[in-house]
Amino acid sequence: MKKEKIRSTKSILLFALLIFIMLSTGCATNQSAQKNGAVIVPATKPVAAYVRSDVKYAIDAYDPWEGFNRHMYIFNYYFDKYFFLPVVGAYEWIMPDYLEDRISGIFKNFSELRNFTNNLLQLKGKGTAITTGRVLVNSTVGLAGMYDPASKWGMPVQKEDFGQTLGHYGVGAGPFLVLPVFGPSTLRDTTGLVFDTAVHAAVMNWALDDVNNKTEIKLGINVLGAIDERHRTPFRYYQSGSPFEYEYLRKLYLEKRLMDIAR
Amino acid sequence: MKTRKKWRHSLLLGCILLLAMVCVGQAASYDYPFADPIEATILSTPKSARAKLPEKIRVKEYATITVFPERHVPEVFWYNKELRYSIAYHKEKAPLMVLIAGTGAGYDSAKMQMMQKAFFQAGFHVLALSSPTHPNFIVAASSTGMPGDIRSDAKDIYHVLETLWQRLSKKELVSNFYLTGYSLGGSEAAFVAKLDEERKVFNFKKVLMINPALNIYDSAVKLDKMLVDNIPGGIDHFDDFYQKLIHNITKSYVHGDFVDLAGDFFYKAYDKIIPNPQEGKALIGFSFRISLANMLFTADVMTNSGYLVPKNLKLSRTTSLTNYCKVASRGNGFREYAENLLYPYFRRQNPYLSFQALIARSSLRSIESYLRNSDKIGLVTNVDDIILADGDIDYFKQVFGSRAKIYPRGGHCGNMAYKDNVRYMVNFFKSN
Repeated sequence: MKKEKIRSTKSILLFALLIFIMLSTGCATNQSAQKNGAVIVPATKPVAAYVRSDVKYAIDAYDPWEGFNRHMYIFNYYFDKYFFLPVVGAYEWIMPDYLEDRISGIFKNFSELRNFTNNLLQLKGKGTAITTGRVLVNSTVGLAGMYDPASKWGMPVQKEDFGQTLGHYGVGAGPFLVLPVFGPSTLRDTTGLVFDTAVHAAVMNWALDDVNNKTEIKLGINVLGAIDERHRTPFRYYQSGSPFEYEYLRKLYLEKRLMDIAR
Repeated sequence: MKTRKKWRHSLLLGCILLLAMVCVGQAASYDYPFADPIEATILSTPKSARAKLPEKIRVKEYATITVFPERHVPEVFWYNKELRYSIAYHKEKAPLMVLIAGTGAGYDSAKMQMMQKAFFQAGFHVLALSSPTHPNFIVAASSTGMPGDIRSDAKDIYHVLETLWQRLSKKELVSNFYLTGYSLGGSEAAFVAKLDEERKVFNFKKVLMINPALNIYDSAVKLDKMLVDNIPGGIDHFDDFYQKLIHNITKSYVHGDFVDLAGDFFYKAYDKIIPNPQEGKALIGFSFRISLANMLFTADVMTNSGYLVPKNLKLSRTTSLTNYCKVASRGNGFREYAENLLYPYFRRQNPYLSFQALIARSSLRSIESYLRNSDKIGLVTNVDDIILADGDIDYFKQVFGSRAKIYPRGGHCGNMAYKDNVRYMVNFFKSN
């Protein structure tokens, strides 16, 4: 048990270090914009004259770590391209679609734990009750979540996470943050993610207490879970081709989170 | 005996009645659900009224091709070096359908995916191309880096098709070529077809223009006006409009029984999100403006025109573009683009070119005799298409005659996925 704890603290520290390294290199390379000697001619419609301080712009967002975020955005593209998506591709190639959906169901059923804790923490009685009902129905009739009869029986998913819980109690989003692998987030939502992941890990640890090859099994479940998650996420970095994809995505993410919290 | 005869009579009568009903039904009733063109344009077709199409087809996704191997692509557009497209192919010999997307849309837009599935299901190989106004196309495949002159854009599309065709490994699986596109892609299809009459590489057997613009400049200005005229206080108060829109969406989302912002949400909450037609118009104009801002910035950098970005300034992969995004989306839209970027660029190549001449050569009127005499070209549009002006429909009827299919409603491309429309679109190519 203790060994486990040390290991997870270690990985969190490693993660923090990675972010720190990215952050510092991000700041360093940002300045190397102009190299060759061509003379820069002021623009016809220059930003300085056309972006006014007295006008509110819908596209603005609180993004003090933009330099780091943009580097991480690019990192995620390459991570996807050379590692994550090929792995997901192989998974999709091997697995029949039908089986993929059943596996997705099982993992969605796992994530009801997160929905349950956070509905409860926000004192949402209806949400907590429906989530409980979903788990009971889908784990039994739905064969461990492979199927989702609960949705058809008037018990739709009550998605809540700890970022939403914090928001519910008035914690602001904080700076926008692009996480490695996970993608768009905020400081608050990253905190939420750490919390939810810890709860998930603790419960899994408890559930697998008597099992022999616990570490290997846990690793296997987590890897499969990550692959399934990416498999279910259609988003591809830079796929829109828009030069302002980062801006649009940032806005959409922040707006969607506000809506989820208001709910 | 007598009763039997009577029974037979009534059966006959019943049959006739039934037949009459079927005929009348086919001739007169068109049950596309949205009568309002703004609503139709925004909401398209609800799922229950769409044509039945396969959920998944065998398609090569994320396919890319280098169109100009020698091209130096500015660092800020590093991700757009190669042209992305998709191709769905059968294992046996079949005709190849080429699809061209509408303004600002990618090869994988919802409408393109719908068309790709419909034609694939009908037995075609289907190649889907992004619009020449899409940033990826501008960077990777535009010979000028300055889209908007439809003749030059049509040449670029043709060049892409030739390049793809050269590198296609299974040429023997393609029996014939067909071409279609929607919105701006529909207008472009006509110009590509005309070019093909001279170059004769593909000899397109049939071409269908879906909701094309008669004159792209006029249509673009119309869409711009929808934004500028319908935001109280003008474009500088865009944020107020935007906040109200988000507020309305949030309110419906919070109080409704919706699981997520997907599925039926927008159909059911439409009246609450967009309570009056003025806001609907502004939303359509807004969506067009996003495409335009992408295009304007991309063209400016690709041609080093120095309009938004200082001439010769090198933007890096991680430069913040937020302020450029603000400037690019202000102003008066396509007219500004045409006057300050497009026209100066083409005048540099031909000093005698007038602004009016540049605009006129992008109109379908400029190839009227070709359209009039080409039996292989068909047209689909709607009486209430918001990008058309008064008299455009009559002009289409007059030029295309029976080759024009004009629906009583559907707005701009709103009814494309509707079952009757999909059937017509596919049958147009299936019949000879």
